[in-house]
Amino acid sequence: MNWPTWIVLTVLTCSLAFGGCAPKETNDIRIGVNAEITGSKPTVGDSCKNAAQLLVTQVNADGGLKVGDKKWPVTLFIEDNEDKPESAAAVAKKLISQNNVLAILGPNASGNAIPAARICEDAKVIMITPWSTNPKTTENMKYVFRACFVDDFQGQVMAKFARDNLKANTAAVLYDVASEYNKGIAEIFKKEFEAMGGKVVAFESYTKDDKDFSSQLTKIKAANPDVLFLPNYYNEVPLQVQQARRLGLTCAIIGSDSWGSDELLKLGGKDLEGCFFSTHYAPDIATPEAQKFIKEYEAKYGKKPDDVAALTYDSLNLLLTAISKAGSLDRQKVRDALANITEFEGVTGKMKFKGTGDPIKSAVIIQIKDGKFTYFDSVAP
Amino acid sequence: MLQILGQNFLNALQLGSVYALIALGYTMVYGILTMINFAHGDIFMVSAYLSLAAALFLVGLPLQLPMILVFTGALLFSMLLTALLGVLVERLAYRPLRQAPRLSAVITALGVGLFLEHFTLAILGPEPRRFPDLLPATTWQVAGLTLTPVQLLTILLAAVIMILLDVLVRRTLLGMAMRAIAYNRPIVPLMGVPVDRVISLTFALGSAIAAAGGLMYGLAYPVLDPYMGVRIGWWAFIAAVVGGIGNIRGAMLGGFILGAVEIFTPVFLPSSTYRDFVAFSLLLLLLVFKPTGLLGRPMFERV
Repeated sequence: MNWPTWIVLTVLTCSLAFGGCAPKETNDIRIGVNAEITGSKPTVGDSCKNAAQLLVTQVNADGGLKVGDKKWPVTLFIEDNEDKPESAAAVAKKLISQNNVLAILGPNASGNAIPAARICEDAKVIMITPWSTNPKTTENMKYVFRACFVDDFQGQVMAKFARDNLKANTAAVLYDVASEYNKGIAEIFKKEFEAMGGKVVAFESYTKDDKDFSSQLTKIKAANPDVLFLPNYYNEVPLQVQQARRLGLTCAIIGSDSWGSDELLKLGGKDLEGCFFSTHYAPDIATPEAQKFIKEYEAKYGKKPDDVAALTYDSLNLLLTAISKAGSLDRQKVRDALANITEFEGVTGKMKFKGTGDPIKSAVIIQIKDGKFTYFDSVAP
Repeated sequence: MLQILGQNFLNALQLGSVYALIALGYTMVYGILTMINFAHGDIFMVSAYLSLAAALFLVGLPLQLPMILVFTGALLFSMLLTALLGVLVERLAYRPLRQAPRLSAVITALGVGLFLEHFTLAILGPEPRRFPDLLPATTWQVAGLTLTPVQLLTILLAAVIMILLDVLVRRTLLGMAMRAIAYNRPIVPLMGVPVDRVISLTFALGSAIAAAGGLMYGLAYPVLDPYMGVRIGWWAFIAAVVGGIGNIRGAMLGGFILGAVEIFTPVFLPSSTYRDFVAFSLLLLLLVFKPTGLLGRPMFERV
């Protein structure tokens, strides 16, 4: 063996000996971000990254997070999961084994969050997803949390809104029977609306890619409801609303958080004026926490934060609050503190946990006014 | 109940008009070339985007044109350009394969369809586009039925186009040439008929008629996306087969039948999910009992 090989071997052995085992005792709080930075939802990953970095910069400018009687700096490890379930799981593994993080923020989309949640649960590492509303993400998980409400909750919120605010006695629903999200919300809405003494007079469905809803809407018109509920995606809702109005349906029209895209306004035009939908957050909401966040986010990134940014900010804030409360960097203690947060004032409203990963929080009702999303009301559970 | 039925009948008439307009293109090409132009649905899609472009351009002009002029302008522009597209597709993709086995032509047609879809996708992006309101958004109440200007215009325009086409095919020299080519292609050139030019004109005519359908569809369902031609193309194709492919009146009849299937399925069955099931079952049954379609005449293979 000649001497260059010896040098290579020595270097390799040394790097293995020193770099291979990361030091268990770190002098910072390490938090991973598992975000959709590339792939089909790049704006989601971008908002997530921006909001997390904004909060960390603020905390570190203060000298760090106070845990017990010492201030610790917070370090973020941002990784791209390419909006693929398998890379979301791989990123979670990497953050846990290589970066030795205390907790992970994200993934945001439910398709990515569900496999990553499994990895975190097995490793007993805390994971908070800002945006995944699918009930399966946190189902039977001890270490997985979310900062948003669950799909089922929206059905309840809109039923309550229709009954109490719109004073509706009869309702009609038109939903995509082929999509779990739409169908779930539609069925919960029907159940809750009837439990509150209302009557669902038409419960009509269609299938993905339909463009003509006139026969369902004709049936709905004949039933003469006080309110029409459309828990469908933003690319279909404009057609449904337009066709309903052309058929002479004049009742109030309401929807769910799948409406919350600027595309809806572009496609819908005047017909959407006065419609309501439930979502996580409204940029013009009046609480001081939200105002402060929006101002700082706009100053730093030059654009208005969307719901993912707001929910990410809340997720990280919840986590830091739990660490402070636990007074320790022990994952088990932080997890218990997080699951028992009883009072938290976030950008997306008040929330609390009751031992599980799903927060109890209010939803925001948005009204479409002068071609813009306008804050209307908050509905508590 | 009668009112609901009447309203649905009106809606079916509107949708059926669009299907009929597209089915005509399938049936004319089949009649003359015995080839199924599977790219026709995507030609329809491109025509909808063309009329969108024309409408946006005319609305954007500082002339404050009345809407009826914008509508006419968009219609003529889109019909003209789509006719050119049809001729171009025939000239570049189908004519070189005219002597090739029929399967090659069908596969080429599918390829042209995919090309048009993805070309549109690459240029315009996947996000759906909104079609502007060119007609007043008022509704009229007639005998308890709700009628909109778009509905009325769609039905009238389709009727006018169909009558004109019927006259053209039955009464003019061009129509006679088309029928002659359909009847016996090898002999017709010997009579001095310019076969290539007649085939080009057939493609131009079929595409222009689809463009009229594209504009009316865009006005009725004002969200355009690059894949919108796929399902509509299939349905119009079924319409042409149900009516008897190769027969122009059959395509019109088939279009209205398919429009009725789409509208009445959710009326009588619990969900519109059964729509494709009903349409394809109808097609299968018809092919079993009357393989030539409702108005088609049996064809004899000439030896």
